[in-house]
Amino acid sequence: MAESTSRPTRKIALIGNPNVGKTTVFNLLTGMRQKVGNYPGVTVERKVGRIVGDLDIDLIDLPGSYSLSPKSLDERIAYDVLIGHLPGETAPDLAVCVVDASNLERNLYLVTQVIDVGLPVIVALNMTDAAEEAGLSIDVKALEESLGVPVIPMVASRNDGIGKLKYRMRQEELPEPAERKWELMPVVAEVIPDLEEELKSHLPEKSRFIEALQCLTSDTMLESWLTRAPRFHARVLAVRERLEERKAPYRQAEIMGRYNWLSPLVARVAIKQKDPNQQTVSDRIDAVLTHRIFGPLLFGLVLLLIFQAVFTWATPVMDGIEAGVVGLGDLVRSGMPPSMFTDLLVDGVITGVGNVVVFLPQILLLFFFLGLMEDTGYMARSAFIMDRVMHRVGLSGGSVVPMLSSFACAIPGIMAARTLANPRDRLITIMVAPLMSCSARLPVYTLFIAAFLPTGAVLGIFTFQGIAMFSMYLLGTVMAFIAAFVLRRFVFKGESSFFAMELPPYRMPRFRQIIWRMIDRSKAFVVRAGKIIFGMSVLLWVLATFPRSNTPDEMIAERATIDLQIDTRADSLQAAGMTASNALIEAQVAMNGAIRTLDARESAYQIERSVIGRMGHAIEPIMRPLGFDWKISAGIISAFAAREVIISALATLYSVGDIDDDSPLLREKLKADRYADGSPVYTPLVAVSLLVFFVLALQCMSTLAIARRETNSWKWPAVMWLYMTGLAWLFSFVIYQGGKALGLG
Amino acid sequence: MTLLDLKPGQRACIQGWTTVEPPLRLMELGLLPGTDIEFVRFAPLGDPIDIKVRGYHLSIRKTEAALIRIERP
Ligand SMILES: Nc1nc2c(ncn2[C@@H]2O[C@H](COP(=O)(O)OP(=O)(O)OP(=O)(O)O)[C@@H](O)[C@H]2O)c(=O)[nH]1
Repeated sequence: MAESTSRPTRKIALIGNPNVGKTTVFNLLTGMRQKVGNYPGVTVERKVGRIVGDLDIDLIDLPGSYSLSPKSLDERIAYDVLIGHLPGETAPDLAVCVVDASNLERNLYLVTQVIDVGLPVIVALNMTDAAEEAGLSIDVKALEESLGVPVIPMVASRNDGIGKLKYRMRQEELPEPAERKWELMPVVAEVIPDLEEELKSHLPEKSRFIEALQCLTSDTMLESWLTRAPRFHARVLAVRERLEERKAPYRQAEIMGRYNWLSPLVARVAIKQKDPNQQTVSDRIDAVLTHRIFGPLLFGLVLLLIFQAVFTWATPVMDGIEAGVVGLGDLVRSGMPPSMFTDLLVDGVITGVGNVVVFLPQILLLFFFLGLMEDTGYMARSAFIMDRVMHRVGLSGGSVVPMLSSFACAIPGIMAARTLANPRDRLITIMVAPLMSCSARLPVYTLFIAAFLPTGAVLGIFTFQGIAMFSMYLLGTVMAFIAAFVLRRFVFKGESSFFAMELPPYRMPRFRQIIWRMIDRSKAFVVRAGKIIFGMSVLLWVLATFPRSNTPDEMIAERATIDLQIDTRADSLQAAGMTASNALIEAQVAMNGAIRTLDARESAYQIERSVIGRMGHAIEPIMRPLGFDWKISAGIISAFAAREVIISALATLYSVGDIDDDSPLLREKLKADRYADGSPVYTPLVAVSLLVFFVLALQCMSTLAIARRETNSWKWPAVMWLYMTGLAWLFSFVIYQGGKALGLG
Repeated sequence: MTLLDLKPGQRACIQGWTTVEPPLRLMELGLLPGTDIEFVRFAPLGDPIDIKVRGYHLSIRKTEAALIRIERP
């Protein structure tokens, strides 16, 4: 992580409860000099920023958490970083605790834990404006004295106090680590020194106390010592047993000890000037926004707006990007001699880049709205409103937005799952989000529904085709819920997740922060997932292009005939008085149709013999029971680049040339296609089977790439692909075979 | 009685837990015996609920609320 530099660097960790303005502080301190990665092997993001100056500072942004006792991965990482347990990572020189001044007690709980780690600590007392508004006046001096660490009051959202914080972080002399002042209940306190003693050869003195305490209460913490210090491990188990015999509530001892010390402290330094039970503005807003009737209604409207924006507002920009990519390809083609390299550049590289960039409008828009919801505090309310419904199927309230976003596209949807604090909820949401019908499936639905399903009206205003379209969306959604339920039941079972979610006061959104986050997320997408998407695009081009085969004799002969016809025609035109060049052009134009048809047939010939074509043939036996021939199978494989690609792939296979989604030409060709025995390849039943296959199958490398990025392993994307493709096959199989049995084929 | 026996808008004081193993997660968030607590409202669909402790709002599910033993002043 350390960029090579000759100047001295200092490592500082930034920590705080969720929602205290930590990200705001981090961004203000480091500007755009940020690097985002993952902690090795886990989903937790590792964000480091650099503050340059006489003394360079690497600032590590730790995941927001309420406590350092490791009950979740985030807390575990936070603790391990602070104490220097993570492999390849030294302990920081200083910890900056961002604290919400309007919510001191709960925030200081974490501060006392960080102090106990033994690092020098600075408290950034943020949101002093909110505290003032709530009628709290905080005696900063008294707070500093009681805690024993410097306290810097600030309002990060107005950039107040950041300069002072930066100055303190840079000062040569670090603040003295503070003494521990709170006390454990005596029964528990008396067993700690023994345990500390056992850690003597493993940890510096200052951090032995908290490690001993952590191990006393947490099994996961203790486990890590089993091999490193078996004596300590055994000792802790013995001590636990003794405490249990005495009925000492040792697991809660730490929490009670800290709060018992904090409560009077906070009462002393934070003077309430208003009745704490008085209704605040935020309370009054909540009375409407979480009202039994208006609450869900308004939330529905908000969702509709987001959905509308991501679905339709992004479309013109996406179309523009697509047109731009095609235009750029044409430009390159016209400027370069036709060659394999040009093809690679245009169909592989430029298309690959296009495949990445095309997602940006949706990602930017969605993250704008998500940022707005998070920043105002409405996100927590939406989870509050929806939790009951989502909890039923094994998700939680926070899954609503990611799931609905996935109707537009699973990529931003999966990224939106970051707003879920509970890692298990987040993983399940990621796993089922791609079942929601994304907009890339829409052209596929449109083509096959328009081509093969009857047009008649049902129940007056509804058409059969409209209902079919709706059914596709419904099927995806229902399956997503079922999948979530099954995952929760059988894969992520064990202790039920704790919900406990803070409902922060409503705040005015800061657009700077929101824009910042939009850029941040988009960058993460382009850099991390983009690489995979780009690579796979090029790979798919290679698979569709190679091996090259020789053009068959009959086509060569045909081309010769056409050339001959052009010549004769040109000759006769010239004889009629035209200039030689004009005559040639005229003759070529006249034969244009024949040339294009031949070109298209040659492409079809090539792709049939390419790897993808061969793969289509190879998997045909597996796909036949679903009613798919080798062309559809090859189309499905190429659709891995993006679902809508199946249309252009089929167009190539059917020698149609370049076409639009609802080209009547392709539709007619599909309808006319026959097997050797004269039966049609496409019947309405095959169309339904194919539609269902597209609803359920994970036909999208970009989704896999983002799932890889968000879960930091290939395991989950692999599971995702397997279960979705398995489901798709199963459903299509049942529909096709069942339909045939009922005589619908 | 537990937190669930309160009506929206009522206040009480936490006495302890209805289980042997106390929910440490809630304790860390400041819900300790002796802490004042207000049941603010139900979510529109009846679950979870909104409570106020130590000056901030927290949303917990009813199953969690049922763990909290309280006494009305
Ligand atoms: N009133 C007020 N609002 C602030 C202050 N600092 C930050 N905010 C706002 O508080 C909200 C949360 O800020 P973030 O920086 O996202 O908080 P965070 O701690 O990173 O939150 P998580 O991302 O959930 O961990 C945003 O709406 C900020 O604009 C402040 O000093 N006063």
